[in-house]
Amino acid sequence: MKENNTQNPSLVTIRNLSFSRGQRVIFDNASLDIQHGKITAIMGPSGSGKTTLLKLIGGQLSPSHGTIVVDGLNINQLSRSELYTLRKKMGMLFQSGALLTDLNVFDNVAYPIREHTALPETIIRTLVLMKLQAVGLRGARHLSPNELSGGMARRVALARAIALDPMMVMYDEPFTGQDPISMGVLIKLIKTLNDSVGLTSIIVSHDVQETAAIADYIYIMSSGKIIGQGTPQELKHSKSEWVQQFMNGQPDGPVKFHYSSDNYFDDL
Amino acid sequence: MTYSHLGQNLKMITFLSAIGQSVIANLTKTGRGTLFLKQTLSCTFSVLCHPRLIIKQLFSVGVLTILIITISGLFVGMVLGLQGYYILSDFGAEETLGVMIAASLVRELGPVVSALLFAGRAGSSLTAEIGLMKATEQLSGMEMMAVDPIQRIICPRFLAGCLSMPLLAAIFSMVGILGGQLVGVTLLGVDEGAFWSQMQSSIDFYDDILNGVIKSLVFGFVVTWISLFEGYDAIPTSEGVSRATTRTVVYSSFAILGMDFILTALMFGDI
Repeated sequence: MKENNTQNPSLVTIRNLSFSRGQRVIFDNASLDIQHGKITAIMGPSGSGKTTLLKLIGGQLSPSHGTIVVDGLNINQLSRSELYTLRKKMGMLFQSGALLTDLNVFDNVAYPIREHTALPETIIRTLVLMKLQAVGLRGARHLSPNELSGGMARRVALARAIALDPMMVMYDEPFTGQDPISMGVLIKLIKTLNDSVGLTSIIVSHDVQETAAIADYIYIMSSGKIIGQGTPQELKHSKSEWVQQFMNGQPDGPVKFHYSSDNYFDDL
Repeated sequence: MTYSHLGQNLKMITFLSAIGQSVIANLTKTGRGTLFLKQTLSCTFSVLCHPRLIIKQLFSVGVLTILIITISGLFVGMVLGLQGYYILSDFGAEETLGVMIAASLVRELGPVVSALLFAGRAGSSLTAEIGLMKATEQLSGMEMMAVDPIQRIICPRFLAGCLSMPLLAAIFSMVGILGGQLVGVTLLGVDEGAFWSQMQSSIDFYDDILNGVIKSLVFGFVVTWISLFEGYDAIPTSEGVSRATTRTVVYSSFAILGMDFILTALMFGDI
């Protein structure tokens, strides 16, 4: 099942992806590549299917058409145990943090290590403290999730996502609802972790400035299609009206300010 | 054909379509529930190898329900003692009060009332817990950590529910009999020796007690299944979890009462 990737530097290859929820088309024949060791951003307006894309890459959803190959393995042809083996090499930072509320910070980070390894508690303790040190929350190890701020919860979730030293981390809207300091911390952490550990990072976000500051490559999605792609510099100078509207946050343009409706005066 | 006829036909088609959609939706949900149960049962062996997971859930599902079961059992037994005494004394048969109380509790009221209380206390709590775990992406998070939530979250709770229910029903019946004794013997003066000896000689281990245990096992299985599935299948919003919790109590109550009739007919009836 492993596909030959010696010619392909991509860790994730998506080809002709189509996916629908009921009558609503989320992806329509979309193709993209996530390069090894790079930070790739998937951007687009709310509801454009960015989070769905992460779930498809993680094998939580199955596409109606097309292929998703991760580390040479076609996600949709994997058995449950093969998929779980692959997921051990993936980390995911959920928008809400998704921390287990009945465990404290230390146990949340230790959870995947305890589940998947037979390491003694002394080594688990050392590993967890190292991960918490990396996100600056070693001192918060005894707190429970409800005692954490939103930014701290995401940092704990990040420590948990890298607990098993994955090859790839997927970030779902990491900057949403963060104050400037927390946002700055998260930006620095994502960049540092990616560069120092040699991770491959996929950031799903609609925070243009923050994401563009650290991304190596950006895909912009709308209506189920990739409507722009390139480095942040290339996109900044893109001639596409759509890309310009999104990158500069213009209220009107190809994406209309008004939701589709009948004539205003006829409606009054 | 006139416009009014067209309108009537359209209404009829819409009505039939709504019924059809509702039937399909319910059948689909039943199918999802059955697959969910199959997945849960398939994890049983591996969860039994980690008894710590079950013990933790036995506490929250079973131990925390003991108080409501005990208090309810006491009052039900006291009411049975009171009502039974007034009816039996008309026939001069007060001494059979112990038999009446024990048979009512062990055969019917113990399993049924404790299951209804279990659905209201533990079942609703299970649905809300699982539904909120889904809404806060904890279940998705576990899946992405390559941890099966059915195995780690659902199955231990399911086993704890199935194990707790017969024990809770037994506690309910025991406390109920003590409540009946308190009213019948201590307050109303029924002979204590007759109360206990008639009960001892009339209540059969297989026909009464074992059938009651089987009933409570079935109720525990059904209530825990409904509770966990409703939580797992809930729409991940606050309204969705709230509706799922309500459905758990309603469906469980119907299931308990319906199953009770079927089981009673099979065990004691000539149907």
